[in-house]
Amino acid sequence: MAKTMDAIQKNLLSEIMDLEIVPEGAYNIRANGESAARHTTANIDIVTKTDKPGIDIIIKPGTKNERVDIPVLLTKTGLKDLVYNDFYIGEDADVLIVAGCGIHNAGDEETAHDGIHSFHVGKNAKLKYVEKHYGEGEGTGERVLNPTTEIEIDEGGYMEMESAQLGGVDSTVRVTRAKLADRATLVIGEKIMTHGKQTAITDFTVDLDGEDCGAHVVSRSVAKDESRQTFLSCINGNNLCSGHTECDAIIMDGARVDAIPKVAANHVQASLIHEAAIGKIAGEQLIKLMTLGLSEKQAEEQIINGFLR
Amino acid sequence: MLELRNISYSVTDEVTGKTTDIIRDVSLTINDRFVAITGPNGSGKSTLAKIIAGIITPTSGRILFCGQDITDMGISERANLGISYAFQQPVRFKGITVKDLISIAAGKDISVAQACAYLSEVGLCAKEYVNREVNGSLSGGELKRIEIAMINARNTPFAVFDEPEAGIDLWSFGSLITVFERMYEKNKGSILIITHQERILDIADTVIVLSEGRVTAMGSKEEILPDLFGTQRPCRVIVGGEG
Ligand SMILES: Nc1ncnc2c1ncn2[C@@H]1O[C@H](COP(=O)(O)OP(=O)(O)O)[C@@H](O)[C@H]1O
Ligand SMILES: [Mg+2]
Repeated sequence: MAKTMDAIQKNLLSEIMDLEIVPEGAYNIRANGESAARHTTANIDIVTKTDKPGIDIIIKPGTKNERVDIPVLLTKTGLKDLVYNDFYIGEDADVLIVAGCGIHNAGDEETAHDGIHSFHVGKNAKLKYVEKHYGEGEGTGERVLNPTTEIEIDEGGYMEMESAQLGGVDSTVRVTRAKLADRATLVIGEKIMTHGKQTAITDFTVDLDGEDCGAHVVSRSVAKDESRQTFLSCINGNNLCSGHTECDAIIMDGARVDAIPKVAANHVQASLIHEAAIGKIAGEQLIKLMTLGLSEKQAEEQIINGFLR
Repeated sequence: MLELRNISYSVTDEVTGKTTDIIRDVSLTINDRFVAITGPNGSGKSTLAKIIAGIITPTSGRILFCGQDITDMGISERANLGISYAFQQPVRFKGITVKDLISIAAGKDISVAQACAYLSEVGLCAKEYVNREVNGSLSGGELKRIEIAMINARNTPFAVFDEPEAGIDLWSFGSLITVFERMYEKNKGSILIITHQERILDIADTVIVLSEGRVTAMGSKEEILPDLFGTQRPCRVIVGGEG
């Protein structure tokens, strides 16, 4: 199947997946709104939905150390791709899912991908979900990505979500909703960089319903030029639970960042913390790196790269 | 190597309009291996170091480095000419590791083994530190040593160390002095050390005493130290240091 991909698609794939060609293990590659390649394993099934666009990814209980890759590539200008992906992680499974969307827009029409991902993390299952978004292309057409992530974690389940959108996406609205059962844990680390006139809105709601469940939602972002970012985060503590939300942003040039963290304790045993810090790069950090021989521009890059690592 | 000609620096309070002189007409020439600057807290030692590194622009006076006037040069330009500055208060970062900083200081991507070698020289168990982030999780003393390791990695003919002795309780002064001596052997340049520590002053070829922004004494350690320590010898510290 690698032969059917052109150079642009291969490059996008390497940007979002850190992979040159076809991944090992289970995968489904979606290109320009159609399934381009698929591979399943004994423990991981991928089934095309019949009622709407998208796939069901079914991971058998007890599956250990397996990986699923589900990249989406868009190279046609004007394409508006909408996809529903449902993930079923069986009890006691321990897997890695890597998703990503790369847009190459060479034309002048808007290219968009709206991915609606639902995760059902079974009892005591462990899931690491990595998502990368990337846009490129010389055209004037907007590159738009609106991912929605719905998460349900059963008793004792664990999910870690790592998402990164570090360039090239003109407009994004990221919505993440999670519900946690007893002893479930959710860890979210998000990294966003915007430049030019880009806008990014990220909106988390976590319901800590189960006893002894916990969530960490941490966002690090850099806003450059005239870009705008909004960080919304709401953690509802509905039981004996712990929740932590943090937004740490570097603001540059004429950019604007709004951070609106909210924690709601609806139970006397809920313990919740929110933190938000927005500021420009510390002058002393720039000066230190300049005394090591870097120009101001290079120093800035180092500081941002480190911050978003 | 480095010459300060009639350097003065004053600041004006924007609200009261009051002007304070911080450095007053300082002239000195640094050519020796080790030159120490000492003096009470607030006497202007760090300000002078920042003027040399280009972080602070003097109100008047000229700075010459190897005969070239560098007064109007920026921080990066001076750094690339061969001036290094180890801060009194090391800077913390987010996400930048010890190895990143040492690589930046060395001016090239260095191997883990090379980074470890620099760290071992300053008494840090290298393996534990090389991939650590240079953030608030490191202690003040650890940050000071990483600061010294960076200057070592830069390997420039001229370096200023601003109170390098702070936080080296677990590590001996002997090792710190060995670092300076090795640094000199590599470059045969000049090392300027701002210090309160008698044992460090003791290796200086020239000692400069700064007080209220003025040079009040300058000479060999034999000429200067007896006066400094005459009445306070048992403490082994002049002012403000942590014995
Ligand atoms: N920007 C500034 N505005 C006002 N006062 C300053 C400024 N920078 C330094 N000072 C003052 O200058 C004096 C010298 O400071 P510094 O060079 O840090 O002293 P030292 O390193 O010898 O302890 C101090 O009294 C300090 O408060
Ligand atoms: Mg000082």
